[in-house]
Amino acid sequence: MDGLAWLSCYLTTGKHIGFYWSFGTVLLLLAITAPTALLFGYGGASAARSRVAPIRWFGKTYMAIVRGVPDIAFFLFFVIALDQGIEYLRHVTLCPDWGQSVRQGNDFVVCTAAKMPLGNAPQWLHEVYGAGLAVLTFAIVFGAFAANVLFGAMRAVPRAQLETAEAYGMTRRQVTRRVLVPQMWVYALPGLSNLWMVLIKATPLLFLLGVEDIVYWARELGGTKTARFTDYPHGDWRVYYFAFLLVFYLAFTKVSEVVLSRVMARLTRGQATSGGEAQRKAA
Amino acid sequence: MKSIILAAGALALTGTMSFAEAHSDTVRLGTEGAYPPYNFLNDAGEVDGFERALGDELCTRAELTCEWVTNDWDSIIPNLVSGNYDVIMAGMSITDERDEVIDFSDPYTQPDPSAFIAQTDVDLADGVIAAQSGTIQAAYVASEMPDATLLEFATPEEAVSAVRNGEADAVLADKAFLEPIAEEGELSFTGEDILIGGGIGLGIRESDGELKAKFDTAIQSMKDDGTLNTLIEEWLPGSATF
Repeated sequence: MDGLAWLSCYLTTGKHIGFYWSFGTVLLLLAITAPTALLFGYGGASAARSRVAPIRWFGKTYMAIVRGVPDIAFFLFFVIALDQGIEYLRHVTLCPDWGQSVRQGNDFVVCTAAKMPLGNAPQWLHEVYGAGLAVLTFAIVFGAFAANVLFGAMRAVPRAQLETAEAYGMTRRQVTRRVLVPQMWVYALPGLSNLWMVLIKATPLLFLLGVEDIVYWARELGGTKTARFTDYPHGDWRVYYFAFLLVFYLAFTKVSEVVLSRVMARLTRGQATSGGEAQRKAA
Repeated sequence: MKSIILAAGALALTGTMSFAEAHSDTVRLGTEGAYPPYNFLNDAGEVDGFERALGDELCTRAELTCEWVTNDWDSIIPNLVSGNYDVIMAGMSITDERDEVIDFSDPYTQPDPSAFIAQTDVDLADGVIAAQSGTIQAAYVASEMPDATLLEFATPEEAVSAVRNGEADAVLADKAFLEPIAEEGELSFTGEDILIGGGIGLGIRESDGELKAKFDTAIQSMKDDGTLNTLIEEWLPGSATF
């Protein structure tokens, strides 16, 4: 076999199919992480604006701590801490009369029923659970940045708009829902779109968290293969695989940019910003 | 969003329940999947190699249902200790340092020689030597070769690549891993083989004595009837048998 026939066989091995699926995994995790992070961000920003002091402190501390610690340190810490925390809670509730200690020397041991997922669960469940932890960690980290952006955006909405709403007799909650939130997006979007780009570029960190993502497969497939262990021996092809990833990420961020600039144009319409003014004059 | 997460969580929980009956004795075997001929991913993307064949046979004899998972070499011991899988089967030599953290089964290979591989004849004593981090070979270069410079890599593949592109003078690794690479012709063995490590064993949590006993019995039965030697001859030609 040579040429195109070889290449088409090579590119459709089970391993390559795994590689193609991992693109879906990354996109799916992004699709789950982004809204979750936005939710965390909205919660954090609302908490930071709260009139109740402890809630306000909580919101501000969340933003300050997460934004001040390197992402990787957080990723590595949270995934282990969440995993062991969940297992410990299950252990305490499910096996109250288990005599031994949870820490035995170097081992973290919980009773069989408290394992998460259970030791005899199929592999895909372990993968879903691992990915779930990764998504939650990403959401906590990126949520803090989103909270900061939304906090600023909420303050950027002209005070006169809110005052008018109050003059109409709206409650604080109504003002937030009907006037503040609809108008804040135009101020938040530049910051949020920036965050989205950083989130896309941060997906290779999934690999650090044990998710078999596109970087894992690119490294595995690109490595030198000797004839004894494969039907498709080849040299060190990592550079081609990584170049492919580069193109993928560039294309992805480009598409994002186009979409985001359209959203921005839509949100600007009728707003008292320089962008909104420009649209009004052009029309 | 929340409902999706909840639904996924509920699915995960019910899934665990319903599968609990089906395999009551599943043991998860963690391997690296990047160290042929011991363990590697074949073209279909499944774990393959000497340890796949051996591990499956051991599980049959110990009447365990086994499942293979891959994990990076760097974090393979921490993830065993924190319970992500139950056994390490990744060409891991039995050493005192590792034995302080985890337990090992009886060895299933004889101490395998390590060897240097290089592009040309180089002066190993004060050369740049590449090795995979966290291996007995890296420890050997660091402690026994005072004039050499140690370059550590996360995967064995990257260590070999470093020699191909001239970043390092030679690689020190298990001879059985280097032999297929030497066969390709570009790189060749150099210097003397060295004997380090105490044979390869299964890594098992220290608190898991029962599982260790099961595997020890299975390994002994394979040593007794010669099937282990057959596997060694098939996958690790040139390695000593029992």
